[in-house]
Amino acid sequence: MSIELIIGILNIVLISTTPLVFAGIGELVTEKSGVLNLGLEGLMLVGAVTGFITLVLTGNYFYSLFLSILSGVILSGIFAFLVLNLMTNQIATGLALTIFGIGLSAMLGKKFGGTPIDGLNPYYFIVISFLLVFFVAYFLSKTKTGLIVRAVGENHNSAYALGYNVIKTRYLTIIFGGVMSSLAGYYISICYAPMWQEGMTAGRGWIALALVVFATWKPWRLLVGAYIFGGVAIMQMNLQAIGVKLPGQFFNMMPYLATIIVLVFISSNKLRLKLSAPSSLNIPFEKNQ
Amino acid sequence: MVYLIRVELREDYSNLIFYLSPLVAVALTLFFGSFIFLILDLSPIESFKIFFISPISNSYGISELFVKATPLAIIALGLSYCFKNNIYNIGAEGQLTMGAIFGGGIGLLFNDSTSVFLLPLMILFGAIGGAFWATIPAILKTKFNTNEILTSLMLTYVALFILDYFVVGPWKDPAGYGLPKSMPFPDAGRLPVLIDGLRVHIGVYFALIICLITYIIYNKTLFGFKLKVSGLSSKASQYAGFNYKNLIFYTFIISGACAGLAGLFEVSGPIGLLYRDISPNYGFTAIIVAFLGRLNPFGIILSSLLIALTYLGAEDAQLFLKIPSAVGFVFQGLVLFFLLGTDFLNKYKVFIK
Repeated sequence: MSIELIIGILNIVLISTTPLVFAGIGELVTEKSGVLNLGLEGLMLVGAVTGFITLVLTGNYFYSLFLSILSGVILSGIFAFLVLNLMTNQIATGLALTIFGIGLSAMLGKKFGGTPIDGLNPYYFIVISFLLVFFVAYFLSKTKTGLIVRAVGENHNSAYALGYNVIKTRYLTIIFGGVMSSLAGYYISICYAPMWQEGMTAGRGWIALALVVFATWKPWRLLVGAYIFGGVAIMQMNLQAIGVKLPGQFFNMMPYLATIIVLVFISSNKLRLKLSAPSSLNIPFEKNQ
Repeated sequence: MVYLIRVELREDYSNLIFYLSPLVAVALTLFFGSFIFLILDLSPIESFKIFFISPISNSYGISELFVKATPLAIIALGLSYCFKNNIYNIGAEGQLTMGAIFGGGIGLLFNDSTSVFLLPLMILFGAIGGAFWATIPAILKTKFNTNEILTSLMLTYVALFILDYFVVGPWKDPAGYGLPKSMPFPDAGRLPVLIDGLRVHIGVYFALIICLITYIIYNKTLFGFKLKVSGLSSKASQYAGFNYKNLIFYTFIISGACAGLAGLFEVSGPIGLLYRDISPNYGFTAIIVAFLGRLNPFGIILSSLLIALTYLGAEDAQLFLKIPSAVGFVFQGLVLFFLLGTDFLNKYKVFIK
């Protein structure tokens, strides 16, 4: 293996992993506040398609980025309204969001399937993704607002009794997560591909979801985990190219298997405390109780 | 900020509203759906005709409706056991896939068999495969208290890759031009159709039988009663001395077996072999079906027909309206949104000051 080849592979890993970092860090913040959003895949697809369509129609990167983010705000806002105000089941609502997003993005993007665009340089986003992880790590561990987010996710009744606005906090974290997923989608359709294709996020939303658990809700571990997951996917292609006879599907299922193993480890209560899993995750907050 | 709207838990919980709210959700979906058609520059009435009426205006269409509704109903009936028990098995898609691998594997293993026992054996292994895949989250949940939502979801993708491995690897049809699919199953391994020339198969009977058994279990047996109690309060069920862990196990195994059965019916019925995309998201859509049917066995049969219609309507819409068949997903997502939303009004009273 030459140096050039290794650098080439590292470069591909860098470029292909960034959407996982975006979607993962957003979901991490959402889950830290005690909400499980299974709608990532749908949010990513809608973010990808709205950004792409706007770019084709206006030719303006700023507008396309703006509309992509807006789509994330609107969709995750709907999700937040349902799970926070109407206290719906988070699992079912998240799945509905994913199914809806898959359908909506396919419908909107129908006419734009083969349209060529000038892609954006992915390195801007790669740098932003690193900064973002730094920012979220700092925010959650060093700022008062970050502490409130964690308190709300840890025990919403106590947080409420202390006078914190549980609903408002969760609205903000859900919308932050939604916007990050949209950005992940935007990156895929504008920088990584760059094109639009039905279902082009190809399950990255689910991997990002696994990633948050794999990283045990820690931003820096999430970054490392993302590059492990991303690296395994790229390695699989390259190993096959140089003739290694391990089935590729084995590599593809690694992120999911690794996540299950981590889940088992963090299930015991002592470890759970140590590994900072938010205790109120997926439990609806009812003010009247 | 002063809240102008106050909500209170309802004491006069109404069964009528509980069963009416799916209808309200469907009505709202149609209302919002018509806006989607308007945005796409299509006449809503014409579009709805193509979407919901023309697909079932001939015998072929009605047969297809049952072909799509059968797996949805069988999976959703199984899931209702879990959901009643407040266990969120969302990995039915994986259990379906495992059922197809196990049962289909038997069909490929005995691919020159003409025995009448082949199909029953495949059906049995289909159910075993699905149940096996569902016992993994069940064991993890009961032994280690691992969150079943995430494990069952992750296992879905593992199962899909296992199927992928088999159809591009050891089970690939040597005469299949290198395509990622298996050999066709022998005739003895194919599910009999009900009417010659149509695809509707005996899986329909299975769905109805499972529906009846489920109704009896829910309403006439101790097991059904235990499910109901532990679903309302797991603490109460433990206090009453019910073995909660066993309940988790049974509900997972039942729902896994149902999903596996549905997967086997798909591959030995309409498809006839194994390949990558054996299910158009039936395992996830069945979650909507179960909720829309209010976890009631007969409600699930009705909602499976309705959701099956969104699949058919979407196919017709693609043909005649030139919109992607994914529009079906839009309707499925919307109906679940509205159903969950209308449930709020059933559980809570809203006061406006």
